[in-house]
Amino acid sequence: MSKIKELINKIKKIRLSKMQKLVALIALIALIVAFPYMVNDKYTIHVFILCAMYACLTLSLNLIIGWSGQFSLGHVCFYGMGAYVTTLLMMNFGMNFFLATLISIVFTSTFAMLLCLPTLKLRGDYLAVITLGFGEVFRLFLTNEVDLTKGPAGIPSIPDPVIFGYAIKGKQAYFYFIMILLVAFIAFMKKFNNSGFGMAMMTVNEDDIAATAIGLNTKKYKLLGFGIGGGMAALMGSFYAVYMGMISPTSFAYAESIKMVSMVVLGGMGSIPGSILGAFLLTALPELLRAFSEYRMVLYGALMVVMMIFRPEGMWSRASRLKNEYKIKAEK
Amino acid sequence: MNEILETKGATIRFGGLTAVDGVDLVQKKGEILSLIGPNGAGKTTLFNLLTGVYKCTSGNIFFDHKNITEMKAHERTKLGIARTFQNIRLIRSMTVLENVIIAHPDCNEEKFMDALFRPKKTKEIRRKVVEECEALLEIVGLCDMEDEMATSLPYGKQRLLEIARGLATKPMLLLLDEPGAGMNNFEKEELTTVIRHITDVMKITVLIIEHDMKFVMGISDRIIVLDHGQKIAEGLPEEIQKNSRVIEAYLGSGEFKDEEE
Amino acid sequence: MFFQHLLNGLIIGGIYAMVALGYSMVYGVLQIVNWAHADVLMFGTFIGMLLATFLHVPVIAMVLLAALFTAILGMAVERVAYRPIKSANRRMAVLVSALGMSTFLQNLAQLVFGSGTRQFKVFDTNAYEIGGMKITGMQILILSVTAVMLLILYIMVYRTKLGIAMRACSVSIDNAKLMGINTNMIISGTFGVGAFMAGVAGILVGNYYNAVYPTMGYLLGMKAFAAAILGGIGSIPGAVFGGFIIGVIESLGAGYISSAYRDAFSFLVMILILIIRPAGLLGAKHIDKV
Repeated sequence: MSKIKELINKIKKIRLSKMQKLVALIALIALIVAFPYMVNDKYTIHVFILCAMYACLTLSLNLIIGWSGQFSLGHVCFYGMGAYVTTLLMMNFGMNFFLATLISIVFTSTFAMLLCLPTLKLRGDYLAVITLGFGEVFRLFLTNEVDLTKGPAGIPSIPDPVIFGYAIKGKQAYFYFIMILLVAFIAFMKKFNNSGFGMAMMTVNEDDIAATAIGLNTKKYKLLGFGIGGGMAALMGSFYAVYMGMISPTSFAYAESIKMVSMVVLGGMGSIPGSILGAFLLTALPELLRAFSEYRMVLYGALMVVMMIFRPEGMWSRASRLKNEYKIKAEK
Repeated sequence: MNEILETKGATIRFGGLTAVDGVDLVQKKGEILSLIGPNGAGKTTLFNLLTGVYKCTSGNIFFDHKNITEMKAHERTKLGIARTFQNIRLIRSMTVLENVIIAHPDCNEEKFMDALFRPKKTKEIRRKVVEECEALLEIVGLCDMEDEMATSLPYGKQRLLEIARGLATKPMLLLLDEPGAGMNNFEKEELTTVIRHITDVMKITVLIIEHDMKFVMGISDRIIVLDHGQKIAEGLPEEIQKNSRVIEAYLGSGEFKDEEE
Repeated sequence: MFFQHLLNGLIIGGIYAMVALGYSMVYGVLQIVNWAHADVLMFGTFIGMLLATFLHVPVIAMVLLAALFTAILGMAVERVAYRPIKSANRRMAVLVSALGMSTFLQNLAQLVFGSGTRQFKVFDTNAYEIGGMKITGMQILILSVTAVMLLILYIMVYRTKLGIAMRACSVSIDNAKLMGINTNMIISGTFGVGAFMAGVAGILVGNYYNAVYPTMGYLLGMKAFAAAILGGIGSIPGAVFGGFIIGVIESLGAGYISSAYRDAFSFLVMILILIIRPAGLLGAKHIDKV
């Protein structure tokens, strides 16, 4: 553990020049493009797609937990809602994947904000219970409304997304697709983190009385935090639906929410690299160590307790925020 | 016609306790008004009523001739009331400069869509925000510490930083809650200069809560004394010093302080 | 039919009340939600089932032993998952840790006991008919045990030194410490008492449905928590009152509206109460918090 910590600190200290950054970026893009050809193994690519997908999901949940300072145990509902809305729009109305996803994002984030509304004035625990309870209602809805959702059996044979007449098909295409999404998510989070909006949200998170004293509407930031995080999760749900080609209520169980929370906690609340690190570790490790997968949930639970006692800021803590990032960004 | 702040019978009750009891207060533009009184007299509670942290049980508050009694705290800030806190409330995870930037309206009203899709415009605004905030830090004498974490500053400097943060909201009225607490005499002199600069150069009206009588007598144009939530005296510093009710209120509670705490 | 639903609701409501007390008491003292509460209950129920099925321990001894085990486990959870947390953002850290503990216990039970449903039936279940309503021996037992447990708790909280100390802690834990109260012990005691009640409730509910399974705490806990919020979290009479109301609403809702959505009613009640009266029904300004 201490060695990992040292390593992370070393990585944090690396500052690249513009040229070096450019080279690193090109190398990274080349690596991503070449990756499916290099490994050429469907299973490995699948694991990487899952890792990237969970990285995106963790980022979206971290926006809610780490940035807006609220606790959601129902993240899997937003993810599931995105998946179901997109799928139903595609299958019932023959809608294009991207249009359907857009609608499902708007729908889900509106829903997320409504869910958050009753607890705005209350402590975080209430929101956690409400989201937990909503998860249960959502599950009941999915299993009981057979006419709409096809019930416990789920919806099979979801069509592939089509873009400019080209269908995204096969592991390789989906790998590129999720990588584009992941890069977009990271870029979005970075912009968000350094924007006035993101800084205001962090202020509300840390001290809501000080926040109102400088003119911030705390309710607005809490609602938007939930809405944006929920919308991002819906996007990933849509991806999941077309990637797997089928969805059922079991994919969106409570344990999935817990898994995402552990990824956020392990990586570091409010940390972008932490989210990615947490998601990759907790997705890849159980796949690598098959024997270990039986104990996975037990370990997630223990991990959450241990991290909170010994390293509540996570592996890659938020304190790594660059000095006066806002100023640096303004002057560059 | 040049009143900036006025309360009429401002009252708040917590259960059986009346923390602020029918206080009438008038402050003119440009005037340095001080609120004094023994501990628990209701000074900070009155501040909280003025800034909207609490809502009046009865009575009205007018700011710049507008009735703001029912207005929310953040709306009052946008209207032009800024404050500092008795127990310092800075954002721990941010630097000195960022703590000021975050209060600047152009920063926290920045359109996120602009940040994503109109980098040029955003960059220009941000540059202006940074410049203005650095100027504010200069006023309170913290500009060479802008890169430090806010909480690593010594106590007195943190209070000055809170003042700079309050100024960044572009207020007409600045409420200072014990700005001199925990400062030594030298720092208090600096503080006096800063407050003078705020009123004389920046033309911002200042309302102060303070315990240090020497400081209060030196800086105030007028003083209001609270005890048990009620206004017991009001007048020029010399008048207050001689007022028998004020002396009684302090001596009665054994808390008269003519030096710092 | 209405009175039958009402009766069934009251009976399951008694169980919710006993579980809700654990949430409410801990919240009163520490202002945290003990997420692992319902999973501690599940563990205790499993122990009871094992004692009865494999060791053939007499019923009374089984209940006492299992509840005692639950109490110890509850105290251990506090020791391991709550007390050591010293993070700057303590509220969030405790919430995460509590959830972690809940996940840990639930999945540990799946590993140890298997994820299937076990049968658990040790009480006689003759059915009686009173005024056209059916009531089973099990239901009568639940009602009487609930009544006895609540009475004991009442005496303990309002008539003993431990109870006075607990109430002192709920007003202000720092002041209680200054008054020379061993607050750590009181916190432990609160967890212990809450878990003991939950252990008894778990054995009753296990027998009522003749089922013990690792995820049994999930829904039960959520409903009990809804009951605690409904009554006003931190309030002992509130938790009891809330428990019965949730039980009745659920039973009537399942009977008259939709049995498929039985588990959704408590959630809807919780949302409504948070919108209308976040302090809960009995959570007035001068509530007797513990």
